[in-house]
Amino acid sequence: MPGLEDLYREIILDHYRSPRNRGELPAPPATRVEGFNPLCGDEIVVYVDVHDRTVSDIRIGGQGCSISQSSASMMSAAVKGKTLDEIKALTRAFKGMMSIHEQTLDGEDADAPIEVDPDVKLGDLEALRGVVKFPVRIKCATLSWNTLIQAIDETAAGA
Amino acid sequence: MSLDVAAIKKDFPILEREVHGGRLVYLDSANTSQKPRAVLDAMAQYYEQSNANVHRGTYLIAEEATAALEGGRAKVARFIGAGAAREVVFTKNATEALNLVAKAWGRANLRAGDPVVLTELEHHANIVPWHQLVEEIGIELRWIPVGGDGHLDLRDLDRLVDGARIVSFAAMSNVLGTITPIERLVGAAHAAGAIAVIDASQFVPHLATDVRDWGADFVAFTGHKMCGPTGIGVLWGTETILDATPPFLTGGEMILNVTKEGFTANELPWKFEAGTPPIAEAVGLGAAVDYLSSLGMDAVRAHEVELTGYALRLLHARFGDDLVIHGPAEATERGGVISFTYRDLHPHDLTQVFDEHGVCVRAGHHCAKPLMRVLGAPATARASLYVYNDEADVDALADAIAAAADFFTR
Repeated sequence: MPGLEDLYREIILDHYRSPRNRGELPAPPATRVEGFNPLCGDEIVVYVDVHDRTVSDIRIGGQGCSISQSSASMMSAAVKGKTLDEIKALTRAFKGMMSIHEQTLDGEDADAPIEVDPDVKLGDLEALRGVVKFPVRIKCATLSWNTLIQAIDETAAGA
Repeated sequence: MSLDVAAIKKDFPILEREVHGGRLVYLDSANTSQKPRAVLDAMAQYYEQSNANVHRGTYLIAEEATAALEGGRAKVARFIGAGAAREVVFTKNATEALNLVAKAWGRANLRAGDPVVLTELEHHANIVPWHQLVEEIGIELRWIPVGGDGHLDLRDLDRLVDGARIVSFAAMSNVLGTITPIERLVGAAHAAGAIAVIDASQFVPHLATDVRDWGADFVAFTGHKMCGPTGIGVLWGTETILDATPPFLTGGEMILNVTKEGFTANELPWKFEAGTPPIAEAVGLGAAVDYLSSLGMDAVRAHEVELTGYALRLLHARFGDDLVIHGPAEATERGGVISFTYRDLHPHDLTQVFDEHGVCVRAGHHCAKPLMRVLGAPATARASLYVYNDEADVDALADAIAAAADFFTR
């Protein structure tokens, strides 16, 4: 049975207590997108400044549980200064990690179903690996990432 | 104690199982209740002995199946004080029942600008169907506010209901446990020329219900919160208003005649029951109201007032101002629904720790986001009590809160 320590790693609690890049950016020029987790009511607001296909600045607003807030905090630290292509590869790697224990139709654990670039390093984000053992919380962990991708897509569409 | 809870616990097979190496402490009955063996046995016996489709077969077991479905309806009708079984329409759940009112009665009777009055403590099931009529017809929604004490603030009631066509409200809040002033709201609705619709999903399982005493036009509730199975809900309506309401879902079962040119709707209540109905579920719901009646609804209520009072006192004594409980302070003014927040810990994190202790509590917005905005709490943890809960279960909740506090502040 997975224990609480598998879920609430120390680095996760650290990001929850001291979130990085918390706040707002003036939008416009920044892009502002809200994300909702209908299960628990978590709301996340992602602000991104994109210049030359690079996220030059990012801020996180909203409220939610330790998993959604720490995932958003770690994400903001991981993507700041990265190119959009790097961020998309990182997102794929993160979602791949989140899906490792997704079950196949015959109930067996499947291997990672998402093609992940082996060169992408998740770093601190690895701490969230334990979330897959608590399936309801996967949506908490991926909320900020889905919101970021939406923000990037809107930036690209508006560019 | 007004109920012999030790004996009642033995009636619920699921309470014998272990979770995470300990006993199951189920405190989420406002979400869905557990089912006594009498309900499970009645449904199994129906499937094993009498399963057939209803209202059409000429053979023995089809007659038995029809009698089982209609027997369940008659039991429900008696349980809620309906005038006749034909006033009891089986739906999928309370949500479908409220949709039936909005989509069938509402679409036929409402025009652009017609006011519909709701309260701020409604479940989404009594909000979203009306939002759709705002978009479709252009009705106007008005909201009875919730005060800081968790009760409805009725100071502006006369102005809010003035000119209204519908007043639709919960008899008990699923978040705060607040019992609303049913007779006063029904009276205000009728005085204004509006129909009164009651979402009694949280009320019927816990307090003696007499729909004719309430004087409302429609009452909606669901089976699975009152020891019955999922997949069956009830819309009660007066014969007058049900007769005047066009069919909602249409197809088989709900017709007297169909030609290439059109159809003639069936009589009440079948006019609103298109397709094969939830037969085994009606049997289960009938067994559930038999079970609740054998306990006695007055005893059920007395037990919940006692246990809710115990919980409010214990949680306050043990956690003081660190724990904020939303809703009315007095157990006699509320149901056994205890929504709380603990310091700045997110409810989702609290209940994750509770699970390690076998304590099942819901966290989130409880399908009442407009109310959560009024409360200024995006989410709460919600423990809810029922006939099979005792002081040991409440003690386990308090221990789990202490364990969560310890875990996140170590």
